[in-house]
Amino acid sequence: MKSEVKLLGAWPSPFVTRVRIALNMKSVEYEFLEERLESKSQLLLQSNPIYQKIPVLIHRDKPLSESLIIVQYVDDVWSSHSPILPSDPYDRAIARFWAAYIDEKWYPTMRSIRGAEGIEEKKRLIEEVKKGLGLLEEVFKNSSKGKGFYGGDQLGMLDIALGGFLGWLRVTEIANGVKLLDQGNTPELVKWAQRFCEHDAVKHVMPDTGKLIEFAKTLKR
Amino acid sequence: MAGESVTLIGLWSSPFVLRVKWALEVKGIEYQYVEEDLSNKSAMLLQYNPVYKKVPVLVHDGKPLAESLVILEYIDETWKQTPLLPHDPYEKAKARFWSRFVDEKCVPALITTFFKGGEEQQKAGQEVRENLKILEGGIEGKHFGGEKIGFVDIAIGWLGYWIPIVEEIVGINLIDKELMPKLDAWFHDFLEHPVIKECIPPRDKLLNHNKASRKVSTSSST
Repeated sequence: MKSEVKLLGAWPSPFVTRVRIALNMKSVEYEFLEERLESKSQLLLQSNPIYQKIPVLIHRDKPLSESLIIVQYVDDVWSSHSPILPSDPYDRAIARFWAAYIDEKWYPTMRSIRGAEGIEEKKRLIEEVKKGLGLLEEVFKNSSKGKGFYGGDQLGMLDIALGGFLGWLRVTEIANGVKLLDQGNTPELVKWAQRFCEHDAVKHVMPDTGKLIEFAKTLKR
Repeated sequence: MAGESVTLIGLWSSPFVLRVKWALEVKGIEYQYVEEDLSNKSAMLLQYNPVYKKVPVLVHDGKPLAESLVILEYIDETWKQTPLLPHDPYEKAKARFWSRFVDEKCVPALITTFFKGGEEQQKAGQEVRENLKILEGGIEGKHFGGEKIGFVDIAIGWLGYWIPIVEEIVGINLIDKELMPKLDAWFHDFLEHPVIKECIPPRDKLLNHNKASRKVSTSSST
């Protein structure tokens, strides 16, 4: 039932995109409630009092926040097809490790490029982001085992975790006149990025780069 | 189990290592413990955790894992006795939420309260108290997971031992017994559990170690 699952979100948010991809993979019907970033709704404040952030998934009136926690929950509940995490505990741990790396190290570095003071600092951060992508390229080679995604034939946790950021990655590239994913450093991820964005579960929810650039202009520094 | 090798690379003074120890002990898993010297990192550590070069690292049949919460889930999924995470998907998600909350919110604030001074310290101390009040609100029943020791207890119980030491050293009250009675009681109960209690580093040793690391840090800040 559609009203059984609600997602509080906003179209530019990479964290919200992650959850939408997971729900799409599992063919879950849900009601998308767009939050206005300037004024948080009562429902948001009620269902995520601790962080007051999106995404929030509300399933049968029970709220959950934190995108990767939500993605794993979706995987646990709608478990009959399209597994997001692999079945082997060690492979699951590796996926969780790199998902945490993306959230705790890689993305914060990329996000801080925008507010970086001076060219040298920007350069340093860009190099760090590229180094991180180099690591993620290696992980891709091991994880995909020759197939198209981190999850093999299907999208997996790391596809969702990293893929959700592709829109903002492109914005960062354009805004700084650099290539973060490139043929020299990350040839496999270049191909993966295209495959990912064309995937059925992704293509209608991945925000358009042009729109994101316009949106980014409205953000306070 | 015959033919299985489990090694935990750790540090006696690390609460993140202690989490993993607790999980292994609660499940009755046989393991080898290797003490690491972080001022002189071993080749083994650098090989097994090249990304962070930190402890804990769990090596199971030659396969290494880092990041304590990731390790805890791996342990729970591999050795199914005494399950730590709840079975219900929503309860499981809540358990993950509380564990991450401690790492992402409480730990940085606690570190700042411990190492900094002046206004920054006061602000951080306030943040710790607010976070603890939030935890107080999350406790249902005797433990976070209900009646038995579970994932959240193991992931966050160490706060009940470390925070009083921080309080003693910096002279700021963080666990307010009046405002956080359930949390206070829960910390005490948890740390009294025989399996848990046995692994805890001696208080004086930990107190002195933390005092010393604070001195080094505050005297070397430019």
